[in-house]
Amino acid sequence: MSAARLDVNRANPVTRLLTALLIAVALVFSVDWVSGLTALTLEVLVLATTGIPFRRFLKRSMPIVIAAVFTALTILLYGAPSGRIHAEFLLVVVSDGSIELAIATFLRVLAIALPSIMLFTDVDPTELADGLSQVLRLPARFVLGALAGFRLIGLLHQDWTYLGYARRARGVADHGRLRRWAGQAFALLVFAVRRGAKLATAMEARGFGAHPVRTWARESTVGAPDAALLAIGVIISAAAITVAVATGSWNFIGAR
Amino acid sequence: MTESAPQLGGAAVRAEGWSWRHAGRRDWALSGLDLAIEPGERVLLLGPSGAGKSTLLHGLGGVLGGADDGDERGRLLVDGARPARRRDRIGMVLQDPDSQVILSRVGDDVAFGMENLRVPRADIWGRVSRALDLVGLRTPLGHDTSALSGGQKQRLALAGVIAMNPGLILLDEPTANLDPVGVREVRDAIAEVAARTGATLIVIEHRTEVWLPVVDRVIVMDAAGRIIGDGDPDRVIERQRPELLAAGVWVPGAPTPVLERTRSGDPSLLLTARDLSVGRAATRLTSSIDVEIRSGRTTAVVGPNGAGKSTLALTLGGLLAPGSGRLEAASGFAPARRPVEPIAWRSRELLSRIGSVFQDPEHQFLAATVRDELAVGPRALKQDAATIARTTDDLLARLCLEHLADANPYTLSGGEKRRLSVATALAAKPALIILDEPTFGQDRRTWEELVKLIAEIVDAGTAVVAVTHDEPFVSLLADDVLELPAWDSQLAEVAS
Repeated sequence: MSAARLDVNRANPVTRLLTALLIAVALVFSVDWVSGLTALTLEVLVLATTGIPFRRFLKRSMPIVIAAVFTALTILLYGAPSGRIHAEFLLVVVSDGSIELAIATFLRVLAIALPSIMLFTDVDPTELADGLSQVLRLPARFVLGALAGFRLIGLLHQDWTYLGYARRARGVADHGRLRRWAGQAFALLVFAVRRGAKLATAMEARGFGAHPVRTWARESTVGAPDAALLAIGVIISAAAITVAVATGSWNFIGAR
Repeated sequence: MTESAPQLGGAAVRAEGWSWRHAGRRDWALSGLDLAIEPGERVLLLGPSGAGKSTLLHGLGGVLGGADDGDERGRLLVDGARPARRRDRIGMVLQDPDSQVILSRVGDDVAFGMENLRVPRADIWGRVSRALDLVGLRTPLGHDTSALSGGQKQRLALAGVIAMNPGLILLDEPTANLDPVGVREVRDAIAEVAARTGATLIVIEHRTEVWLPVVDRVIVMDAAGRIIGDGDPDRVIERQRPELLAAGVWVPGAPTPVLERTRSGDPSLLLTARDLSVGRAATRLTSSIDVEIRSGRTTAVVGPNGAGKSTLALTLGGLLAPGSGRLEAASGFAPARRPVEPIAWRSRELLSRIGSVFQDPEHQFLAATVRDELAVGPRALKQDAATIARTTDDLLARLCLEHLADANPYTLSGGEKRRLSVATALAAKPALIILDEPTFGQDRRTWEELVKLIAEIVDAGTAVVAVTHDEPFVSLLADDVLELPAWDSQLAEVAS
């Protein structure tokens, strides 16, 4: 059993990103419940072999489950009516069609979100950047710029707090909440630009962009775990589409 | 010799009639500068606030930018080529620790420069460890850079620079944000690096006495950016003492200003802190603090980087709610029919009672010109135009900001921004002023002016709380000293 266990963390972050993307793309083209249910069932089976404790998994996916419930509820009440009508109140129409669509949407949101959560919550941005530049060969300027910029979010959060303190300390925080907020947002924008410029200077001062190519302190590799993960992604996507087409419920988006 | 051939030892620096004017400014920051620095020299660059020292250093680092950023005349050369073409020979460490961290892991951040210079992977990690060792930063390579203190971030920046084996190391007030222990640590690390690598070193610092033991040449600039002294440190300091003092340079052993105090009688109680712990998160509070703030007295808050001094300043200023314990205003000081806790007051009630000056002055700027910036407080208090004009003119003159009255606050130099932020708090004439590092980045002249001004308002009955690392400031002004212990010892205290 332990030999067959899939360790997601050994796969390259890029593979994890691509696998999640593959499943999402496969499922986004139809709105039937069969493909969603097939994918979800397979995903849960795979998940059971990864050995991630069920509690942890439940905790992580709770926001998505709640979001899925609300999405489904909206469609149940306001979705395009068809078939028998069960209840009606002003704009609200619950019909066979909207019930089916609500279930299909619920399953689909979960089937797309679940692999993303499992594959992506532990990804380290630094390692993803290593993979994006070395495995996918995206330009270092773009990847490292984004990675370094990512770090600024924390600083900007701190700036926002201090800008708020300053407005209170300087006696202008009692009135015109909306105008003050707009002014503070503009000041934050100025800070973002200035911090960005300082960061660019710091990067340039350390030779960033001095040569067209650079070396990488850490090697980002792909291997057997990546092949296995990608294969699982292909199987889930293919199975979902095949079962849906075979049962005649495949329903290409917009083709009604 | 090809451009990319590895060179060892120090780099030679030349300025030939070099001038620079920042975009949008009328005056040249520096004009017609001639200078020669030989490989391996260790130079301390002195001069008053706004003399153009940082401009020269940024020019030598090749980071001033192009024609959009300003006009250039003459030439700057590092090893005979323009600095931008010698990037792999030049390493810079700047004032602000936050703006120099690039990546989120300590090891990666040090490796960043080497990767850019195409150092093979096999060599990188050995050089990372040696550089971290040399600067005395002993955290794991995977340590989160945002969790480092200011002093640690400066050492990280230095490690990133020396790992690149530069022939020229440029340091722009590298210890300005550090506590006295951090200052000595970083200075010693830099001296060690220069001694071992033979790199040319150029340092800008206001704290002359800290750097004199480490350098072998001193260059002095005046307010107009002309070189008025150059040579052996002891000889320059000795022979040109009057010129240096006139230029506002911190000369070791210079007489401290004599303050003529006329203390007002009977200090009345304004604020009382009892069992007060401060902090933004309930899990990270300081140990409890008891302090009384009285009118006409100066309280200095001292302690190492990261002890919670700035957080205490925000709490006393009525901007941040106490973590636990009580902070209460005396009945005569609190607004009528309002709670006694400053955090519960309205913004305008706070303005005329407690003024705050933050560590980073830029956070406080609200207006487009220096003059309007000073008028924000008085206008919020609905003072008439004549009174506002009198207040702003007076402050502009007192803090040497007259020539900048119509400039945008963001375009001032570091020292000027600091003076402006102090002036904005003074403009509203609150009964209590809380200052976070008020003397940061000041030359001797503006420092003296600030100290005198603070002494004057205290004598007139204002209470001042100053968070500071500035020892002369404390010894001249402080009536009471509140020392916050380092974080580690605070945690140990809670545990025991």
